[in-house]
Amino acid sequence: MSRRLAPVLLAAVALLPACTAVPSERGTERPATAGASRAPLGADGRQPYASTYRAYPGTPTALVGATVFDGTGRRIDNGTVLLREGKVVAVGDATLSTAGYERIDAAGKFVTPGIIDIHSHLGNYPSPAVEAHSDGNEATDPTTPEVWAEHSVWPQDPGFSRALANGGVTALQILPGSANLSGGRSVTLKNVPARTVQAMKFPGAPYGLKMACGENPKRVYGSRGRMPSTRMGNMAVNRQTWLDAREFADGDRKKRNLANETLAGVLDGEILLHNHCYRADEMAFVIDMAKEMGYRVAAFHHAVEAYKIGDLLRDNGICSAIWADWYGFKMESYDAIPENAAFLQREGACVVIHSDDPNGIQRLNQEAAKAQAAGRRVGIDIPDAQVIRWITLNAATAMGIDRMTGSLEPGKMADVVLWNGNPLSVYSRPEKVWIDGALMYDALTRRRPVSDFELGQPGEGDAK
Amino acid sequence: MSRAGRKQPRLSVVIALACALAGWPAAAQDVAITNATLAVGDGSEPVQGATVVIRGGQVVAAGPGVAPPAGVPVIDGTGRWVTPGIFASVSTLGLVDVEGVGDGNDERAPSSPFSAALDVRPALNPASQHVAVARTGGITRASVVGQPSASIFAGQGAIVDLGADADMVTRPRAFQYVSLGEMGARIAGGSRTSAHALLRNALREAREVGRSPEIAGGGGRPPARERIEDLAPDPRLVDTASERRSDVLLSRFDAAALVPVVNGQQPLYVHVERASDIRAVLALRSEFPALRLVLVGATEGWMAAREIAAANVPVIAFPLNNLPARFEQLAATHSNVARMRAAGVTVALGLYSGGTDEQPRNITQHAGNLVALSRIPGADGLSWGQAFAAITSVPAAIAGFDGRLGVLRPGAAGDAVIWDGDPLELSSVPVAVYVAGVEQPLTSRQTRLRDRYRDLDERDQPKAFDF
Repeated sequence: MSRRLAPVLLAAVALLPACTAVPSERGTERPATAGASRAPLGADGRQPYASTYRAYPGTPTALVGATVFDGTGRRIDNGTVLLREGKVVAVGDATLSTAGYERIDAAGKFVTPGIIDIHSHLGNYPSPAVEAHSDGNEATDPTTPEVWAEHSVWPQDPGFSRALANGGVTALQILPGSANLSGGRSVTLKNVPARTVQAMKFPGAPYGLKMACGENPKRVYGSRGRMPSTRMGNMAVNRQTWLDAREFADGDRKKRNLANETLAGVLDGEILLHNHCYRADEMAFVIDMAKEMGYRVAAFHHAVEAYKIGDLLRDNGICSAIWADWYGFKMESYDAIPENAAFLQREGACVVIHSDDPNGIQRLNQEAAKAQAAGRRVGIDIPDAQVIRWITLNAATAMGIDRMTGSLEPGKMADVVLWNGNPLSVYSRPEKVWIDGALMYDALTRRRPVSDFELGQPGEGDAK
Repeated sequence: MSRAGRKQPRLSVVIALACALAGWPAAAQDVAITNATLAVGDGSEPVQGATVVIRGGQVVAAGPGVAPPAGVPVIDGTGRWVTPGIFASVSTLGLVDVEGVGDGNDERAPSSPFSAALDVRPALNPASQHVAVARTGGITRASVVGQPSASIFAGQGAIVDLGADADMVTRPRAFQYVSLGEMGARIAGGSRTSAHALLRNALREAREVGRSPEIAGGGGRPPARERIEDLAPDPRLVDTASERRSDVLLSRFDAAALVPVVNGQQPLYVHVERASDIRAVLALRSEFPALRLVLVGATEGWMAAREIAAANVPVIAFPLNNLPARFEQLAATHSNVARMRAAGVTVALGLYSGGTDEQPRNITQHAGNLVALSRIPGADGLSWGQAFAAITSVPAAIAGFDGRLGVLRPGAAGDAVIWDGDPLELSSVPVAVYVAGVEQPLTSRQTRLRDRYRDLDERDQPKAFDF
């Protein structure tokens, strides 16, 4: 396996990984925001561990003359994008007035919504990948819906800054790993450096629950002589877990139980289910299990065989959060093909390109472009503007934040990337990145975050 | 979508695969590719309207002023690019079926009693799917070696071709590989001090074995040979009469395997990342002057670039490390390769293996990323020609094939790729691949799955009948 990474990290990421699933762009139902959650409040009467994120100040800005991919699939040539007070004010052509805005000449450049990674382990498998930082898998019990990924996130992970500067990533979902059948709650973050995790938490983003199919849970627990040691064991433990959760959910819920509160949140439709699952046959079982137990799968993560069941995924409104071309690194990834995204698109199923990787998150645009190219070669021509949707609005939809971000539409958060060329070209990189209208990265003025960890170390503040 | 025409595999594909599996060598074809954009691979920028002529398995001409010889079949390269095949340095191609499945994985040998004597040659499997996938990505040659596991030595790596035939080996026992730094320290017992002591002891034992007069074929001097690919198995491996003192750590096989390293016949690839570790490796030559060092990894190489250049030690680096993934990589940056190169270091891109971010077919994408860096203030990037050379001629030269692989110049092997666009661009893909003049099948399990699932129509029969 990798020569790049320490054996410790490999154990964590490549095989024991970190993996999950997403919701559909097709559904009209929208996840409830945190404010609507019926999760128990704390003794202080507040949501526990609530977001304390606040947008930083920005300048009213007009990006003028760029090619705009707005995230919904629309392309505007010679477009104008107006940002003010943290919001997108207007997106239009050259006739849009820019009076009152600081104009940035973006001719020859490209503008997209901020890139969103639906599957990241920044913070819970941070750099350096030392054992002391390995906080992504509570691999002591196959069912741990009671753990919350946010309690493992280290906000000083230098990886956040790389995702911002090279990947244009403005929001990301941090998931527990895939050692467990139910790995715990995910957390969605704004990619804004902060001293605390709460100050990174995306306000109003719903929680997710990470579940995992297949090899990882049965290997981790089977090797310890515990259930599950087989795929049928995986399913049996999951079904009993849901039956117990249903009993809790149907009761008065007065006696607090962290695990069941998370599972009940899924049954209530307030917590989105992100299900790590590689194989087509297993995804089909999960779809049926969700129907049996009365919940909905937002997305299958990794889903390397999604192309075999694009019809089923479309009909059930489930997104596939996938790599462009990862394949063959474990048995259940053996059938991965680069046409996965294009074949899903052909069926009208929802595609999200994800990273699951602190390097891949810096190149989601390139991954999407490779998946696009693979489709083109088999006669599936997906326009650039649609491809950008895979890493913006579709991800936002699957994460339940699409009413707030993921596209350049009036009133949405001003999460915006100015690229120095077409983001689907290998030769392009972000030039500027705004989050809620605040300039968080500027390649030209070398404005970039440096985490506490990197201060005083070799390479501090370097262009990474 | 129409199901017509998808039912039967193309006959040519069937034949090519059958020949490959049966071990029949395919014949080199003469071919001229005309009017294409040519990247020679030597660091020069691409030129348009060029012709490349391959005859008898070798390049005989390449350039804009070349006319295709009479009688040589011509491929119209209009709108295409033609380049040398990509060279993937320090890979595991042919050693692995599925990384996570131990049974088919010869990458590591954690329970082996041997170390430096390990030789990848008998383990190489040209029918591995990773080889086929890499081939479809335009990779024609690679260096292959396992990973250190039972000892700091990974053993002897080979230079291979990715042709769909029975023999992968271009040069066996082409180099020895050792890991120092954090990985070496862990394997060696927990500290860099132990890794260095083990390496020095191993080289001294090898020197002693090499000098031993009672060993047939010994005498300490390397046999006079022109080229390293002529290196024969060390005679000490077959001599049963040899005796050594009891105070030795290395088995006879392992010590003998290191004789050509200490003699300077066989390059020693040393995996290190941290700047101070790099300097410690360069210092080895004061004790072992004949060592032919190659640095592998060198994430912090840019911090020691002048010393590396002065030592004239080439580097094989993974280009897109930029995280402090380990303490030995704190200063990681995408600018590493360009900064080393600017200081005069010979740098190839490499360390591609497996099926994730660092799968070998991504090497062109990653090279393109280094070009992109040129436009970022404060970062250091490569020109297109430099980036392309870093995945063709430069790694070939480090492997000992300067001018013979990785370049489209007369006399070089006919390893050529025709692309449907700029080979570093994300949208481009090879449309033809030649290894030593032999056109290669561009099929794999992936293309077969692709063809089977072009539609999901099972009205008439299950997908299982669609092949």
